[in-house]
Amino acid sequence: MTLELSHLSRRFTDYPALDDVSLVIAPGEFLALLGPSGSGKTTLLRILAGLDYPDAGTVQLDGDDFLAAQAHKRKVGLVFQHYALFRHLTVAENVAFGLRVRSRKARPSRAQIAERVQQLLKRVQLDDHGHRYPSQLSGGQRQRVALARALAVEPDLLLLDEPFGALDAQVRVTLRRWLRELHEDLQLTTVFVTHDQEEALELADRIAVMNRGRIEQVGSPEVIYRQPATPFVCEFIGKVNKIPLTYANQRLSAGEWVLEGHPWNGRHANVVAYVRPEHLSLGGTDTQPGWTARLRHVYLAGSVAHLELYVPSIDQTLEADVAGEDVARLGLQSGAELRVAPRNAIVFTLSEQAGETSAEGRWVWQA
Amino acid sequence: MNRPRRRPHWSRRIGHVLLVLAATAFLTIFLALPLAVVFVEAFRQGLRAYLSAIGQHEALMAIRLTLLVAAISVPLNVVFGVAAAWAMARFEFRGKALLGAFIDLPFSVSPVISGLVYVLLFGAQGWFGRWLELHDVKIIFAIPGLVLATIFITLPFVARELIPLMQSQGSDEEEAARVLGAGGWQMFFRVTLPNIRWALLYGVLLCNARAMGEFGAVSVVSGHIRGLTTTMPLEVEMLYNEYNYVGAFAVATLLALLALATLSIKALLEWRYGDEIAAHAPGGH
Repeated sequence: MTLELSHLSRRFTDYPALDDVSLVIAPGEFLALLGPSGSGKTTLLRILAGLDYPDAGTVQLDGDDFLAAQAHKRKVGLVFQHYALFRHLTVAENVAFGLRVRSRKARPSRAQIAERVQQLLKRVQLDDHGHRYPSQLSGGQRQRVALARALAVEPDLLLLDEPFGALDAQVRVTLRRWLRELHEDLQLTTVFVTHDQEEALELADRIAVMNRGRIEQVGSPEVIYRQPATPFVCEFIGKVNKIPLTYANQRLSAGEWVLEGHPWNGRHANVVAYVRPEHLSLGGTDTQPGWTARLRHVYLAGSVAHLELYVPSIDQTLEADVAGEDVARLGLQSGAELRVAPRNAIVFTLSEQAGETSAEGRWVWQA
Repeated sequence: MNRPRRRPHWSRRIGHVLLVLAATAFLTIFLALPLAVVFVEAFRQGLRAYLSAIGQHEALMAIRLTLLVAAISVPLNVVFGVAAAWAMARFEFRGKALLGAFIDLPFSVSPVISGLVYVLLFGAQGWFGRWLELHDVKIIFAIPGLVLATIFITLPFVARELIPLMQSQGSDEEEAARVLGAGGWQMFFRVTLPNIRWALLYGVLLCNARAMGEFGAVSVVSGHIRGLTTTMPLEVEMLYNEYNYVGAFAVATLLALLALATLSIKALLEWRYGDEIAAHAPGGH
């Protein structure tokens, strides 16, 4: 089943939640809707679930109008951010709910329902918790009950709203892996909403990055990370150093760092380079394009060390990431002088219109 | 560091005792004493006189009428209350604040005024009086008038009990039910109703107590036709005005017992299902 969303718009009283969003969801794929709060990702999910309707635009399922079907006829499984388990029902009754509300013809027998519930509880590793109430479960357990409940109706499409948002870090990582395995088992088309870029990068086959009701970029985690299409995607996906460039003598530069052969020939005044912390090489030779910097701080976070580097020639503090063991090998200490050279950068020309900055051109630069 | 706990200073202890005494005295004078008087006066001439007073035809008719009025107005108020609470808690619409104010109106308007309004609308000289007379419909000085006035007076009880609860619970569970394939009624009976049942029961209890005990509004529209349009509170007043103290207080004991029963059921529910009620209350989940 291919879902085709075209030109969806949804306005709430004071702001546009969705602004001309188009997206194709392929059968069996694991898609992440990634964006900050208020970017419209949850609205999009609710429209797919039938809990909200767009003001304009269409959603088609293999060519049929998907929006014409009401929520309870869509065969969609939805896991809410706060799980929304039925608090007056036990875990087993929660999971059975979707089967019990079916019309008499479509409803499985009592025994079949009980068997299916037991299977699902086993699948989410809660087979001995069926008689408990939601209030007696931990966050991670509730989350899995919500998932089992959504899967019970054998949906064609699984929607997850911030599935790990309310869990602590360790449970989150475990559940993430588990969900990925589950998806590989079931091959169920899955769309999940998250504001956590790490989660999206790790889990999804494809990511749609959203900002202010629009989709900024859709692509594989690899593409989103290595070739961000807009400054927003650059800044939202992971940490990044933002370095303004100046144009002089037919070249773009920032201090001693000179970028040869840019594609615009000086047509733009406002140019910015984005360099990720792990794309800064340290301790190179003077011949490489780069800067002399002073090391201000070393934050050793386990396997990775975050370095704070001050570059006098551009009067900016940059962040660089190196492997933890390199700190000792390179003899890095606060106050030390060293060479810093970017290996990769994404360069954007910006234009300012009505107070909003937008990117006009993009150049993927490599040293 | 572990010093024995010091007793509070004597002046604070005296203040404490005085406060408790004042509260007790207040409750005794304004609540316990009047309640005791009702029962003492009712039984002043013995059990036989009491039973015969309650067994009077007019008294029995008043009890029947009171039960009838409550049996009609309470269910109607449950339907209205749930519908209004649903609208207030689940939807954003123009005039929502106005609806809220209207729901509270019966609390702020004097019951006599509420009664008068119905007389002015449906009475012989009222706006619709002529039309009603032509079609031979009697509202004022008849049972329909009593029911209307009672519904108006008891309007806020169920809705006010439900609105804050439904607002705090949010609509997530209902939406989950929808997505899982439940139709509108299935969602209501399987998810909404179980989640609000205790608050609803509270509302019904209070609504019922008020429906049976209402005097002012009912008095205006009743016309005091003995055995036909007098509810229990009206009967109490009429008996009292006729210097039939035993009769008046005997019927009054029934109303007092109703109030005590309502309180006991409420207390019992809180004691028996306290945990569950707390779990359903705002923030309890």
